[in-house]
Amino acid sequence: MTCLHDRHINPLILAGLDGKNWHLADYVKRGGYESLRRILTEKIPPEQVIAELKASNLRGRGGAGFPTGLKWSFMPRQFPGQKYLVCNTDEGEPGTFKDRDIIRYNPHALIEGMAIGAYAMGITAGYNYIHGEIWAEYERFEEALEEARAEGFLGNNIMGSDFSFQLHAFHGYGAYICGEETALLESLEGKKGQPRFKPPFPASFGLYGKPTTINNTETFAAVPFILKMGGAAYAAIGKPNAGGTKIFSISGDVERPGNYEIPLGTPFSKLLELAGGMRGGKKIKAVIPGGSSAPVITGEVMMNLDMDYDSIAKAGSMLGSGAVIVMDETRCMVKSLLRLSYFYYEESCGQCTPCREGTGWLYRMVHRIEHGQGRPEDLDMLNSIADNIQGRTICALGDAAAMPVRGMIKNFREEFAYHIEHKHCLVPAYI
Amino acid sequence: MLLSEQAYKKIDREIAKFPADQRQSAVMAALAIAQSELGWLPPEVMQELADYIGMPAIAVQEVATFYNMYNTKPVGKHKVTVCTNLPCALSGGVAAAEYLKKKLGIDYKETTADGQFTLQEGECMGACGDAPVLMVNNKRMCSHMSNDKLDALVEELKK
Ligand SMILES: NC(=O)C1=CN([C@@H]2O[C@H](COP(=O)(O)OP(=O)(O)OC[C@H]3O[C@@H](n4cnc5c(N)ncnc54)[C@H](O)[C@@H]3O)[C@@H](O)[C@H]2O)C=CC1
Ligand SMILES: Cc1cc2nc3c(=O)[nH]c(=O)nc-3n(C[C@H](O)[C@H](O)[C@H](O)COP(=O)(O)O)c2cc1C
Ligand code: SF4
Ligand code: FES
Repeated sequence: MTCLHDRHINPLILAGLDGKNWHLADYVKRGGYESLRRILTEKIPPEQVIAELKASNLRGRGGAGFPTGLKWSFMPRQFPGQKYLVCNTDEGEPGTFKDRDIIRYNPHALIEGMAIGAYAMGITAGYNYIHGEIWAEYERFEEALEEARAEGFLGNNIMGSDFSFQLHAFHGYGAYICGEETALLESLEGKKGQPRFKPPFPASFGLYGKPTTINNTETFAAVPFILKMGGAAYAAIGKPNAGGTKIFSISGDVERPGNYEIPLGTPFSKLLELAGGMRGGKKIKAVIPGGSSAPVITGEVMMNLDMDYDSIAKAGSMLGSGAVIVMDETRCMVKSLLRLSYFYYEESCGQCTPCREGTGWLYRMVHRIEHGQGRPEDLDMLNSIADNIQGRTICALGDAAAMPVRGMIKNFREEFAYHIEHKHCLVPAYI
Repeated sequence: MLLSEQAYKKIDREIAKFPADQRQSAVMAALAIAQSELGWLPPEVMQELADYIGMPAIAVQEVATFYNMYNTKPVGKHKVTVCTNLPCALSGGVAAAEYLKKKLGIDYKETTADGQFTLQEGECMGACGDAPVLMVNNKRMCSHMSNDKLDALVEELKK
């Protein structure tokens, strides 16, 4: 139920969905597959498709915000062998639950977006890697693929053109790290999901060593809408450095947790209002604005920020995957950080020493502070461990484990200090 | 053969998704299919799948132990995994898990004496807006799990 409401602003991907109208026929009624048809019948040059994307200012919705048009232009279109297109539906970043809604309520937007991407980059085969915990959605997506094949929107000679694209679904099995693109590729190859060194980026060495483009589900799903309205019009919806709408997943202490698709640059206060405000009318204390890897921001500061990449970055955090975790005045920050530290400790793939050992250190230290055994020097030591992890690992999971720690200590230092000194919590703990 | 003909039909369908020389890509799906049928993954079935796919058994083992949702040891008839990560915890995830612990009389990673239930703590399932959420045997996700709904679920599964 999380996106089936009318409290979006200018929605594109989530517009007009009721939970039942996910089938191909419904999508076509909403104007679906028109962009793909136009591209194929008018034989629009691939360069022009990529130019539209560049004009749209669409940035990757998986968390890093890399410009999509630019990424697509890296693909060596004339490469003689096989190339691959991969969709990342492995969303496992705590707080993020938007891609699940896309594949269960509007799967054809994703399929059309991927087909357009394949056309633009001269790719004939693709996979969608779906998070292990969402089996029903995986089956739904398989059904949508069957519909698209039956209607000739996937497969050989799509809509009678000479463009062919085979797309398959792949089901993960419970490893957060497989959301990292190179771990995802290893997993697709039937191996442990351990990240590869970058560079080389997947664009030159990807699935089975072939050039591969990977994008997030929401990124692909936006593509048909961009090509329909034109890149400039899409860009105009958002802010200069952040085109279009973005789906924000709000969880935590709000009245109506859920997915809200709104223009980038919308004030946070407006988003909170759409989500029904604070639960039980309590006071806002802290917000993690971009998934559990993003540093926490105090409620006060957050209330004056806009939801776009630059505004959130200026405040010392990141927009990430758009997962907004809201905490009220009754929440203990030590306890919150403890749960997140445990998560990163559990999910480290163990390849790099700073991450494997460091996440364990972070977890054990926060654990001892929470349980009344903290020492005065612990806060500085936590920061120093974070320093020793960040930037010294193969993938960004190490950073993701370190950043929340720093953010918490920076913004809520007195609360951690109180814990250490008094051996108990500053606020009554409810979680 | 430990696995049924039907299971192999499903595995073949997965293998067909990949280039002919990349059968190993189907190993994760094959393990999931085997687990659905047997409840867990005994070493013999990993060997059988290794032979069928054409990869070393040790590589199958590595995959089975790397990913959290594979059962490399026997579990109860119903494996219940409750998400207790922070976004869910803020909306009753931990409380739901504690309620189940009491109701079933077991801790995390334990199985009830009658072999019916195994309880596990899970990480984010990508459904935080529906907290508390839990998963039964990796496939069935249950949302907004109030104590009443937890009672009803346990009753239903016991039958
Ligand atoms: N959605 C989710 O569930 C989660 C999202 N994240 C997000 O992931 C982000 C980190 O992701 P990474 O992939 O490590 O970021 P990254 O900055 O390395 O890459 C971003 C994208 O741009 C491409 N790219 C960057 N430079 C390139 C170049 N020179 N040539 C070709 N391609 C290039 C990469 O291949 C990748 O697809 C974090 O900022 C975090 O917000 C983290 C955890 C979970
Ligand atoms: C630990 C880790 C986990 C990640 N998990 C995801 C994920 O679940 N979904 C996703 O789209 N990107 C995830 N990413 C980012 C991907 O590596 C990659 O940047 C993204 O899929 C590219 O797509 P985009 O450009 O469309 O955002 C993760 C990165 C890291 C470091
Ligand atoms: S940073 Fe952590 S998760 Fe990433 S490759 Fe290194 S050990 Fe694995
Ligand atoms: S934190 Fe529980 S489903 Fe995301």
